Amino acid sequence: MKIAVIVFPGSNCDFDVYYALKEIAGIPSELVWHKEKTLKNFSGVVLPGGFSYGDYLRAGAIAKFSPIMEEVKRFAEEGKPVLGICNGFQILTEAGLLEGALLRNRSLKFLCQDVFLKVENKNPIFLKELKKGQIIKLPIAHMDGNYFCDDKTLKELIKNKQIAFRYCLHNGKIEEENIKANPNGSLYSIAGIFNKKGNVLGMMPHPERYVEKILGSRDGIYIFRSLKNFLMG
Amino acid sequence: MKAKLEVYLKETVLDPQGKTIKNALKNLGFDEIEDLRVGKIFYIDLNIEEEGEARRIVEEAAEKLLCNKIIESYKVYL
Repeated sequence: MKIAVIVFPGSNCDFDVYYALKEIAGIPSELVWHKEKTLKNFSGVVLPGGFSYGDYLRAGAIAKFSPIMEEVKRFAEEGKPVLGICNGFQILTEAGLLEGALLRNRSLKFLCQDVFLKVENKNPIFLKELKKGQIIKLPIAHMDGNYFCDDKTLKELIKNKQIAFRYCLHNGKIEEENIKANPNGSLYSIAGIFNKKGNVLGMMPHPERYVEKILGSRDGIYIFRSLKNFLMG
Repeated sequence: MKAKLEVYLKETVLDPQGKTIKNALKNLGFDEIEDLRVGKIFYIDLNIEEEGEARRIVEEAAEKLLCNKIIESYKVYL
Protein backbone atom coordinates (compact mmCIF):
# COMPACT_ATOMS: atom_id res chain seq x y z
CA MET A 1 0.00 0.00 0.00
CA LYS A 2 1.58 3.21 -1.21
CA ILE A 3 0.49 6.62 -2.43
CA ALA A 4 2.12 8.32 -5.41
CA VAL A 5 2.72 12.08 -5.28
CA ILE A 6 3.17 13.19 -8.88
CA VAL A 7 5.92 15.70 -9.60
CA PHE A 8 5.37 17.89 -12.67
CA PRO A 9 7.90 20.44 -13.89
CA GLY A 10 6.84 23.41 -11.75
CA SER A 11 5.19 21.50 -8.90
CA ASN A 12 6.18 23.12 -5.61
CA CYS A 13 3.97 21.53 -2.97
CA ASP A 14 5.05 18.00 -3.82
CA PHE A 15 7.40 17.62 -0.88
CA ASP A 16 4.91 19.15 1.58
CA VAL A 17 2.28 16.63 0.50
CA TYR A 18 4.81 13.82 0.72
CA TYR A 19 5.76 14.96 4.24
CA ALA A 20 2.14 15.26 5.38
CA LEU A 21 1.29 11.81 4.03
CA LYS A 22 4.37 10.00 5.21
CA GLU A 23 5.51 11.72 8.38
CA ILE A 24 2.24 13.04 9.76
CA ALA A 25 -0.45 10.63 8.57
CA GLY A 26 1.90 7.64 8.37
CA ILE A 27 1.02 6.50 4.87
CA PRO A 28 3.86 5.02 2.79
CA SER A 29 4.37 7.45 -0.09
CA GLU A 30 6.66 8.08 -2.97
CA LEU A 31 7.38 11.01 -5.27
CA VAL A 32 6.76 9.99 -8.89
CA TRP A 33 8.03 11.97 -11.91
CA HIS A 34 5.30 12.88 -14.40
CA LYS A 35 7.12 11.08 -17.26
CA GLU A 36 6.57 7.71 -15.59
CA LYS A 37 4.02 5.53 -17.33
CA THR A 38 2.86 3.23 -14.58
CA LEU A 39 1.46 3.41 -11.06
CA LYS A 40 1.33 -0.34 -10.78
CA ASN A 41 2.43 -0.60 -7.17
CA PHE A 42 0.31 2.26 -5.84
CA SER A 43 -3.15 2.39 -4.28
CA GLY A 44 -3.77 6.13 -4.51
CA VAL A 45 -2.40 9.24 -6.17
CA VAL A 46 -2.05 12.92 -5.26
CA LEU A 47 -1.51 15.75 -7.75
CA PRO A 48 0.14 18.48 -5.67
CA GLY A 49 0.04 22.26 -6.02
CA GLY A 50 2.44 24.49 -7.85
CA PHE A 51 2.75 25.94 -11.32
CA SER A 52 3.09 22.99 -13.67
CA TYR A 53 4.52 24.17 -16.99
CA GLY A 54 4.55 27.72 -15.61
CA ASP A 55 0.75 27.89 -15.84
CA TYR A 56 1.32 28.62 -19.54
CA LEU A 57 -1.79 28.69 -21.75
CA ARG A 58 -4.11 27.88 -18.81
CA ALA A 59 -3.26 26.47 -15.39
CA GLY A 60 -3.07 22.69 -15.74
CA ALA A 61 -3.69 22.71 -19.50
CA ILE A 62 -0.33 21.24 -20.50
CA ALA A 63 0.19 18.95 -17.51
CA LYS A 64 -2.92 17.00 -18.48
CA PHE A 65 -0.91 15.50 -21.38
CA SER A 66 1.91 14.22 -19.16
CA PRO A 67 2.44 10.46 -19.64
CA ILE A 68 1.43 9.65 -16.04
CA MET A 69 -2.01 11.17 -16.59
CA GLU A 70 -3.19 8.04 -18.43
CA GLU A 71 -2.60 6.14 -15.21
CA VAL A 72 -4.32 8.84 -13.17
CA LYS A 73 -7.36 8.46 -15.46
CA ARG A 74 -7.26 4.70 -14.97
CA PHE A 75 -7.19 5.20 -11.17
CA ALA A 76 -10.19 7.51 -11.42
CA GLU A 77 -12.13 4.97 -13.47
CA GLU A 78 -11.22 2.08 -11.19
CA GLY A 79 -12.47 3.93 -8.12
CA LYS A 80 -9.05 4.40 -6.54
CA PRO A 81 -8.42 7.60 -4.57
CA VAL A 82 -7.22 10.58 -6.63
CA LEU A 83 -6.63 13.87 -4.80
CA GLY A 84 -5.78 17.11 -6.61
CA ILE A 85 -4.73 20.10 -4.54
CA CYS A 86 -4.64 23.62 -6.01
CA ASN A 87 -2.77 23.18 -9.32
CA GLY A 88 -3.67 19.50 -8.98
CA PHE A 89 -7.36 20.49 -8.94
CA GLN A 90 -6.78 22.64 -12.04
CA ILE A 91 -5.13 19.69 -13.81
CA LEU A 92 -8.04 17.38 -12.90
CA THR A 93 -10.60 19.80 -14.38
CA GLU A 94 -8.50 20.32 -17.51
CA ALA A 95 -8.20 16.54 -17.88
CA GLY A 96 -11.98 16.20 -17.61
CA LEU A 97 -11.80 14.06 -14.46
CA LEU A 98 -13.70 16.75 -12.57
CA GLU A 99 -16.37 19.09 -13.90
CA GLY A 100 -16.02 22.83 -14.44
CA ALA A 101 -12.97 25.08 -14.67
CA LEU A 102 -10.91 27.40 -12.47
CA LEU A 103 -10.86 30.99 -13.65
CA ARG A 104 -8.70 33.93 -12.63
CA ASN A 105 -9.61 35.17 -9.12
CA ARG A 106 -12.31 37.78 -9.35
CA SER A 107 -10.05 40.36 -7.66
CA LEU A 108 -7.29 39.59 -10.23
CA LYS A 109 -4.94 39.26 -7.26
CA PHE A 110 -2.88 36.29 -6.18
CA LEU A 111 -4.48 35.22 -2.90
CA CYS A 112 -2.34 33.87 -0.07
CA GLN A 113 -4.40 33.68 3.12
CA ASP A 114 -6.36 31.49 5.50
CA VAL A 115 -9.90 30.57 4.57
CA PHE A 116 -12.74 28.91 6.41
CA LEU A 117 -14.41 25.96 4.74
CA LYS A 118 -17.70 24.26 5.39
CA VAL A 119 -17.81 20.52 4.82
CA GLU A 120 -20.74 20.24 2.44
CA ASN A 121 -21.10 16.48 2.05
CA LYS A 122 -19.90 13.20 3.46
CA ASN A 123 -17.29 11.10 1.70
CA PRO A 124 -15.96 7.72 2.82
CA ILE A 125 -12.51 8.19 1.28
CA PHE A 126 -11.40 11.74 1.99
CA LEU A 127 -13.78 13.13 4.62
CA LYS A 128 -14.44 10.21 6.96
CA GLU A 129 -12.91 12.14 9.86
CA LEU A 130 -14.99 15.23 9.19
CA LYS A 131 -18.67 15.82 9.85
CA LYS A 132 -21.05 17.35 7.37
CA GLY A 133 -21.38 21.03 8.28
CA GLN A 134 -18.07 21.12 10.16
CA ILE A 135 -15.97 24.30 9.73
CA ILE A 136 -12.23 23.96 9.14
CA LYS A 137 -9.45 26.46 8.48
CA LEU A 138 -6.95 25.93 5.65
CA PRO A 139 -4.71 28.23 3.64
CA ILE A 140 -5.14 29.12 -0.04
CA ALA A 141 -2.38 30.34 -2.37
CA HIS A 142 -3.51 30.78 -5.95
CA MET A 143 -4.19 33.10 -8.86
CA ASP A 144 -6.78 30.94 -10.62
CA GLY A 145 -9.14 29.51 -8.04
CA ASN A 146 -12.43 31.01 -9.11
CA TYR A 147 -14.54 27.92 -9.69
CA PHE A 148 -16.92 28.04 -12.64
CA CYS A 149 -19.34 25.68 -14.33
CA ASP A 150 -22.61 26.10 -16.22
CA ASP A 151 -25.99 26.09 -14.45
CA LYS A 152 -26.81 22.56 -15.49
CA THR A 153 -23.52 21.24 -14.10
CA LEU A 154 -23.98 23.13 -10.84
CA LYS A 155 -27.42 21.59 -10.38
CA GLU A 156 -25.91 18.14 -11.00
CA LEU A 157 -23.09 18.78 -8.52
CA ILE A 158 -25.61 19.74 -5.85
CA LYS A 159 -27.98 16.89 -6.64
CA ASN A 160 -25.24 14.25 -6.70
CA LYS A 161 -23.68 15.59 -3.48
CA GLN A 162 -20.42 16.25 -5.32
CA ILE A 163 -19.51 19.45 -3.49
CA ALA A 164 -16.88 18.77 -0.86
CA PHE A 165 -16.12 22.21 0.58
CA ARG A 166 -17.56 25.72 0.34
CA TYR A 167 -15.82 28.92 1.42
CA CYS A 168 -17.47 30.54 4.41
CA LEU A 169 -16.97 32.99 7.27
CA HIS A 170 -15.51 31.81 10.59
CA ASN A 171 -19.06 31.25 11.84
CA GLY A 172 -19.94 29.06 8.88
CA LYS A 173 -22.01 31.65 7.03
CA ILE A 174 -21.79 31.34 3.26
CA GLU A 175 -21.95 34.62 1.34
CA GLU A 176 -21.10 34.17 -2.32
CA GLU A 177 -20.83 37.89 -3.10
CA ASN A 178 -18.78 38.80 -0.01
CA ILE A 179 -15.04 38.80 -0.74
CA LYS A 180 -14.31 37.95 2.90
CA ALA A 181 -16.51 34.86 2.76
CA ASN A 182 -15.66 33.83 -0.81
CA PRO A 183 -12.26 35.40 -1.57
CA ASN A 184 -11.75 34.24 -5.17
CA GLY A 185 -15.36 34.69 -6.29
CA SER A 186 -16.10 31.01 -6.86
CA LEU A 187 -19.52 30.03 -8.13
CA TYR A 188 -21.69 28.83 -5.22
CA SER A 189 -18.58 29.47 -3.03
CA ILE A 190 -17.20 26.12 -4.21
CA ALA A 191 -13.74 25.29 -2.85
CA GLY A 192 -13.61 21.58 -3.68
CA ILE A 193 -15.61 18.96 -5.57
CA PHE A 194 -15.78 15.21 -6.06
CA ASN A 195 -16.40 13.24 -9.22
CA LYS A 196 -19.68 11.32 -9.38
CA LYS A 197 -18.23 8.20 -7.80
CA GLY A 198 -16.63 10.20 -4.99
CA ASN A 199 -13.12 8.78 -5.44
CA VAL A 200 -11.66 11.89 -7.09
CA LEU A 201 -11.40 15.06 -4.99
CA GLY A 202 -10.13 18.40 -6.25
CA MET A 203 -9.70 21.33 -3.86
CA MET A 204 -8.04 24.74 -4.02
CA PRO A 205 -7.05 25.03 -0.31
CA HIS A 206 -3.88 23.30 0.88
CA PRO A 207 -4.48 20.66 3.57
CA GLU A 208 -0.77 19.69 3.52
CA ARG A 209 0.19 23.11 4.83
CA TYR A 210 -1.87 22.78 8.02
CA VAL A 211 -0.92 19.46 9.54
CA GLU A 212 1.03 20.51 12.61
CA LYS A 213 0.29 22.87 15.48
CA ILE A 214 3.45 24.83 14.76
CA LEU A 215 2.07 25.66 11.30
CA GLY A 216 -0.99 27.40 12.73
CA SER A 217 -3.64 24.71 12.37
CA ARG A 218 -3.94 20.96 12.07
CA ASP A 219 -7.19 20.92 10.15
CA GLY A 220 -5.54 19.51 7.04
CA ILE A 221 -4.71 16.29 8.80
CA TYR A 222 -8.34 15.10 8.73
CA ILE A 223 -8.16 14.58 5.00
CA PHE A 224 -4.92 12.60 5.06
CA ARG A 225 -6.03 10.55 8.07
CA SER A 226 -9.32 9.76 6.36
CA LEU A 227 -7.36 8.58 3.35
CA LYS A 228 -5.16 6.45 5.57
CA ASN A 229 -8.17 4.84 7.26
CA PHE A 230 -9.70 4.11 3.89
CA LEU A 231 -6.55 2.51 2.50
CA MET A 232 -5.08 0.85 5.56
CA GLY A 233 -8.10 0.33 7.80
CA MET B 1 -0.01 28.88 -44.87
CA LYS B 2 -0.57 31.18 -41.93
CA ALA B 3 -3.50 30.83 -39.60
CA LYS B 4 -4.84 32.91 -36.78
CA LEU B 5 -6.76 31.38 -33.91
CA GLU B 6 -8.83 33.59 -31.64
CA VAL B 7 -9.72 32.16 -28.23
CA TYR B 8 -12.04 34.12 -25.98
CA LEU B 9 -14.14 33.64 -22.86
CA LYS B 10 -17.77 32.75 -23.45
CA GLU B 11 -20.35 35.51 -22.95
CA THR B 12 -21.60 33.83 -19.78
CA VAL B 13 -18.15 33.78 -18.18
CA LEU B 14 -17.12 36.79 -16.12
CA ASP B 15 -14.00 38.57 -17.42
CA PRO B 16 -12.64 40.65 -14.52
CA GLN B 17 -9.55 41.60 -16.53
CA GLY B 18 -11.67 43.07 -19.32
CA LYS B 19 -13.79 44.92 -16.78
CA THR B 20 -10.74 46.45 -15.10
CA ILE B 21 -9.28 47.56 -18.43
CA LYS B 22 -12.62 49.05 -19.48
CA ASN B 23 -12.79 51.01 -16.22
CA ALA B 24 -9.22 52.27 -16.75
CA LEU B 25 -10.19 53.47 -20.24
CA LYS B 26 -13.30 55.17 -18.83
CA ASN B 27 -11.06 57.00 -16.38
CA LEU B 28 -8.96 58.17 -19.34
CA GLY B 29 -12.06 59.68 -20.88
CA PHE B 30 -13.07 56.93 -23.31
CA ASP B 31 -16.75 57.33 -22.51
CA GLU B 32 -17.76 55.73 -25.79
CA ILE B 33 -16.36 52.33 -24.80
CA GLU B 34 -19.32 50.45 -23.43
CA ASP B 35 -17.82 47.02 -22.94
CA LEU B 36 -14.49 45.28 -23.46
CA ARG B 37 -13.42 41.67 -23.13
CA VAL B 38 -9.93 40.19 -23.32
CA GLY B 39 -9.07 37.21 -25.54
CA LYS B 40 -6.01 35.42 -26.85
CA ILE B 41 -4.70 35.19 -30.40
CA PHE B 42 -2.45 32.38 -31.60
CA TYR B 43 -0.43 33.08 -34.78
CA ILE B 44 0.22 29.73 -36.40
CA ASP B 45 2.52 28.75 -39.31
CA LEU B 46 1.49 25.59 -41.13
CA ASN B 47 3.62 23.70 -43.65
CA ILE B 48 0.63 22.99 -45.90
CA GLU B 49 -1.29 25.16 -48.37
CA GLU B 50 -4.66 23.42 -48.61
CA GLU B 51 -7.27 25.56 -46.80
CA GLY B 52 -9.68 22.86 -45.72
CA GLU B 53 -6.91 20.75 -44.26
CA ALA B 54 -5.30 23.76 -42.55
CA ARG B 55 -8.60 24.67 -40.94
CA ARG B 56 -9.13 21.11 -39.80
CA ILE B 57 -5.69 20.99 -38.15
CA VAL B 58 -6.07 24.33 -36.36
CA GLU B 59 -9.53 23.34 -35.15
CA GLU B 60 -8.17 20.07 -33.83
CA ALA B 61 -5.40 21.93 -31.98
CA ALA B 62 -8.01 24.27 -30.50
CA GLU B 63 -10.26 21.43 -29.39
CA LYS B 64 -7.43 19.40 -27.92
CA LEU B 65 -5.34 22.01 -26.18
CA LEU B 66 -5.63 25.69 -27.07
CA CYS B 67 -9.25 26.22 -26.03
CA ASN B 68 -11.03 25.00 -22.90
CA LYS B 69 -14.57 24.69 -24.18
CA ILE B 70 -16.10 24.81 -20.72
CA ILE B 71 -15.20 28.49 -20.49
CA GLU B 72 -13.94 29.52 -23.94
CA SER B 73 -14.94 29.62 -27.62
CA TYR B 74 -12.71 30.05 -30.67
CA LYS B 75 -12.61 31.29 -34.26
CA VAL B 76 -10.15 30.28 -36.99
CA TYR B 77 -8.91 32.71 -39.66
CA LEU B 78 -6.72 31.57 -42.58
